Amino acid sequence: MHLRALTVVLVTWLLAANAHALTAEQVRAMAIGENDARAAAIGLVAASGDDKAPAFFQALLDDAVKTAGDKVFVVRDGKALDAASGAVVMLPDNAEDVVNSNRMRREIEGALASLKLLSTDANQRAAAIKELHDGVDESKLPLIEKAYAIESDAKLKSELGLLRAGVLISSADKTKRLEAAKSLADSHEPATKTLLLDRLKPDAETEPEVRAQLELSVSAIQSRLAWGERLGVVFTGASLGSILLLVALGLAITYGLMGVINMAHGELMMIGAYATYVVQNIFKAHLPGLFDYYIVAAIPAAFLASALVGAAMERSVIRFLYGRPLETLLATWGISLVLMQGVRSIFGAQNVQVENPRWLSGGVQAMSNLTLPFNRIAIIVFAVLVLASLAFMVARTRLGLFVRGVTQNRPMAACMGVNTAKVDTYAFALGSGIAGLAGCALSQVGNVGPDLGQGYIVDSFMVVVLGGVGQLAGTVYAALGLGILNKLLEGWTGAVLAKIMVLVFIVVFIQKRPQGLFAMKGRSAEA
Amino acid sequence: MSALPETTLSREREREQPANPPMASSLARWRERPFDTSGGVRVIALSALLLIAVIAPILNLAVPQGSALHLSDYAVALIAKIMCYAICALAMDLIWGYTGILSLGHGVFFALGGYAMGMYLMRQIGRDGNYQSDLPDFMVFLDWKALPWHWAFSDSFVATLALIVLVPGLLAFVFGFFAFRSRIKGVYFSIITQAMTFATMLLFFRNETGFGGNNGFTDFKRILGIAIARPSTRMLLFVITGCTLLGFFLFARWLVASKFGRVLQAIRDAESRVMFTGYDPLRYKLTIWVISAVMCGIAGALYVPQVGIINPSEMSPAASIEIAIWTAVGGRASLIGPIVGAFFVNGAKSWFTQAFPEFWLYFLGALFIAVTLFLPQGIIGLVKRRKKEERA
Repeated sequence: MHLRALTVVLVTWLLAANAHALTAEQVRAMAIGENDARAAAIGLVAASGDDKAPAFFQALLDDAVKTAGDKVFVVRDGKALDAASGAVVMLPDNAEDVVNSNRMRREIEGALASLKLLSTDANQRAAAIKELHDGVDESKLPLIEKAYAIESDAKLKSELGLLRAGVLISSADKTKRLEAAKSLADSHEPATKTLLLDRLKPDAETEPEVRAQLELSVSAIQSRLAWGERLGVVFTGASLGSILLLVALGLAITYGLMGVINMAHGELMMIGAYATYVVQNIFKAHLPGLFDYYIVAAIPAAFLASALVGAAMERSVIRFLYGRPLETLLATWGISLVLMQGVRSIFGAQNVQVENPRWLSGGVQAMSNLTLPFNRIAIIVFAVLVLASLAFMVARTRLGLFVRGVTQNRPMAACMGVNTAKVDTYAFALGSGIAGLAGCALSQVGNVGPDLGQGYIVDSFMVVVLGGVGQLAGTVYAALGLGILNKLLEGWTGAVLAKIMVLVFIVVFIQKRPQGLFAMKGRSAEA
Repeated sequence: MSALPETTLSREREREQPANPPMASSLARWRERPFDTSGGVRVIALSALLLIAVIAPILNLAVPQGSALHLSDYAVALIAKIMCYAICALAMDLIWGYTGILSLGHGVFFALGGYAMGMYLMRQIGRDGNYQSDLPDFMVFLDWKALPWHWAFSDSFVATLALIVLVPGLLAFVFGFFAFRSRIKGVYFSIITQAMTFATMLLFFRNETGFGGNNGFTDFKRILGIAIARPSTRMLLFVITGCTLLGFFLFARWLVASKFGRVLQAIRDAESRVMFTGYDPLRYKLTIWVISAVMCGIAGALYVPQVGIINPSEMSPAASIEIAIWTAVGGRASLIGPIVGAFFVNGAKSWFTQAFPEFWLYFLGALFIAVTLFLPQGIIGLVKRRKKEERA
């Protein structure tokens, strides 16, 4: 320790002499001698923020530094340079490598990182801040202060501020800690809260005065963050709700309007997702330039693929089971098994990789603790569009009129010359196609595999049952309501318990209102 | 009306009709074949008993291995397992075939019975587990110091027997009471039973509920202090399972022929008419629902010591819906049908999963479709139709 103290004094004196270029003495102190002394010298040079230091640190890390006597050389590309002056010199024959232990390497890396804080490249500064986050101590404080003073990027500046506060708050000096705790109360960052909470752990902070201030600051930050968190819950809830909505909209037609229990609905979604995967692969192989827009082609492809499978199902099986819901349920379950195994045979049992287009990855930072991912936003918008076009279709088009007519009174519709069999096929294909769209959307946020549909089938039936049969509006409210309820409970009790509570809630709800949220009124309600 | 196209009319007629044969025909069938214990049935029951309790043990234990008549341990295990499934199918038949209520959650009762038995078997392991602790291994692994409260009775065999009946029965009673009281029927009921089993499965997947999480219970060593893997123990369990199945079969036969059973079938065919005649369907439905659940629970309890594992996948919606398909394949509303169906489907399953594992799901799926489209009365219906044709 004596040696270390001595070196520190020595090097400080040297630094005072020349602060802006590495001196021979500094270089010597860093390259030759005991590890402790070298580490101290490196720390001091790093703290000085010398502009030649990074290159020398890098050379040390690259094992490119050699010594001969008290001379230090950097050997690059077969040429030896004098480490202090940078002049090309002859490498003496007795030059030895500077060996760095792992500990020394860590020291050097830390020093390099702290120097990068002053780099002109913002990315490098950001990386340096990240690197310093773990294992920052008071010795780096002057450097951080210096970087903080000249930092121009607002985001980096706040991160530096946090870093500085993190150092100060664990400082040995009580007043410094108190000050830091006070100043941190103005923060908007969730990370600051974590930092303060860390300090509040029983063994971290012992002074009662500082503890009180820490608690005050935490609650101040907490109240500022609360809004972001609340909006976050609403957003993830709306996102889940929009997915449920997409899943349930198809069911609202096949089950809600036609009364067909389609247990293969989830597998129709899976087909939509795999159609997206196939389109993505085609674009990747043949149109790499347009890869970012594959999704535009994937949407109709997913719709068509699922609609065709749906039409085939209706024509071959479901048509013969109208009016026998329990049989339909079993037969469509059988179809779902066949579809699942079919996909396994073709694409393998493993999940396949569907990439987001570039414009769908990333997100907007709405608040300091609230990032809205683009793909989730896109799905919400997509769900609204699908809903709107479906509502238009059912309410305004001829097919929609026929579907409603056949649903309400089949013989009467047939008397009016409606080809009810054809309408059934079209309606079922439409519902299936929407399942395909849901699958396409899901492929952007989750895994695509043969089991994709299984996870959603219970949820989606819940939505339809809750919303009431024969209703689009009910489906919408039920999907969004369940989505948000699920996420609210998730924040409170955890994901699995939340799901169980939602299921229990639905079971209880159906007790009260067996017809769902929006019961059909009139004679058709009895059907 | 005559202006309607033929297809629409027939379609419409189908829509109005309930899924099952109307009351008139079921009454006629009932008259045609009154319940009698004389003759045929008694002979069949006795010979089944002989087969299960005498011939099978002799073939398995006394006849030496390698002999053509030897019943291998593998076959014993497989048949025992399928007999447990057959009890489930029979229970499903009572509620679905005879009362017209399709449950997609019977797996939960099966699993609850199984878990009750499993808890007892876990305690029977004693200190022979990997960690040599009094607690089951998975609790040691989770660093628990004491048994959770719901394990309180797990060291008593008598209490376990009671739990096997009470737990599925109580859940069925509470669930059924609320569901039937608000007159939830048909597909709605099916879907909420599915939600029930799904929710319970999620619950049992959690480690903190104290049921071993994903892995469930396994590595059983003994039952009532007797080593569980010994051939004679396995044979004894086999005989008990077979006798239980036979007993339930006779019980169900008595039940459906009684007045109670006739009301059930009337509820299936025209519930509102039954109500207007002065019967309260709630009581009848609730009773048969609880009976059916308890039967499944007992089946589960017999299943666990013989198969040696119970985990939450038994509660997956797929497992429950498979019970329905056994019943449908064999033939609903006949009592031998579900047993035939359970043996047929599970026999096919164990053959397929060995010979062509990738085709099993195709076969099962096709079976679902084919039975609903072409064999509404199942295999038994097919046999009956053949017989009638021969007679004619």
